[in-house]
Amino acid sequence: MGGTLDKVSIIVSKGSLEGIYPPLILAGGARAEGIEADLFFTFFGLDAVTRRRIGRIRPATVGNPGLHLPTLVGALPGMPRLLARSLARRMERLDIPPIPEFVEMTADAGAGLYGCQASCDLFGLTMADLVPQVKGIITVGDFYGLAAGGQIIYT
Amino acid sequence: MATTTYAGRPVTLDDEGFFTDPGQWSEDMIPELAASAGLDRLTDRHREVIAFVRARYTAQGAAPAVRALSKSSGVPVKELYQLFPKGPAKTAARIAGVPKPRGCI
Repeated sequence: MGGTLDKVSIIVSKGSLEGIYPPLILAGGARAEGIEADLFFTFFGLDAVTRRRIGRIRPATVGNPGLHLPTLVGALPGMPRLLARSLARRMERLDIPPIPEFVEMTADAGAGLYGCQASCDLFGLTMADLVPQVKGIITVGDFYGLAAGGQIIYT
Repeated sequence: MATTTYAGRPVTLDDEGFFTDPGQWSEDMIPELAASAGLDRLTDRHREVIAFVRARYTAQGAAPAVRALSKSSGVPVKELYQLFPKGPAKTAARIAGVPKPRGCI
């Protein structure tokens, strides 16, 4: 394999289950390869690190062609939670942790977790509202400073 | 593929430095393997994790990825990364003379 990747900075912008797992897997996988990794949670992606939201991340069951569900079925009350539960069972068998444990594990693996200043202002969130693994609430400028010299992935 | 010598015996490694034949490995190669993986100090805790990965490979035919390694060995993820900063599952597998773990998590 040619070349090496030393650092990735991953922007998490979606609050759905399918929006949050991929960046966590990418960040954890990077650390497992010895690659430096930072996660920047912006807009609804902040749900992944917000105390009162982190345990209730659900898949988007409406407007999600990947589910192959008729829109009206996806819109039935309780569908997002039902689907989240069935996915959680399958994931546990594959050794994929639930999001709260995954966030903790990713931070323990040495990835830096940061909240987006503008989004926190928008939603009225402070450090006290975020999980303790978040290192800080930073501006986009700070984020680019952190990301300097590496690759940026937007999810 | 490359051939190199550990503890005075020839071994075959793949392009990423993992043993292609875990049968060529022996415990007395650990210090040299650790040094080549960039670990300057090998503690008992390192040895515990390496032995665990070797045992898991022997029992199940595959080395565990990070989460499985932490869960089954009882060594917290944080400590695993302190012991093996360049990636615990991968580094321990390399030193334990087993193929690279395939898991993503």
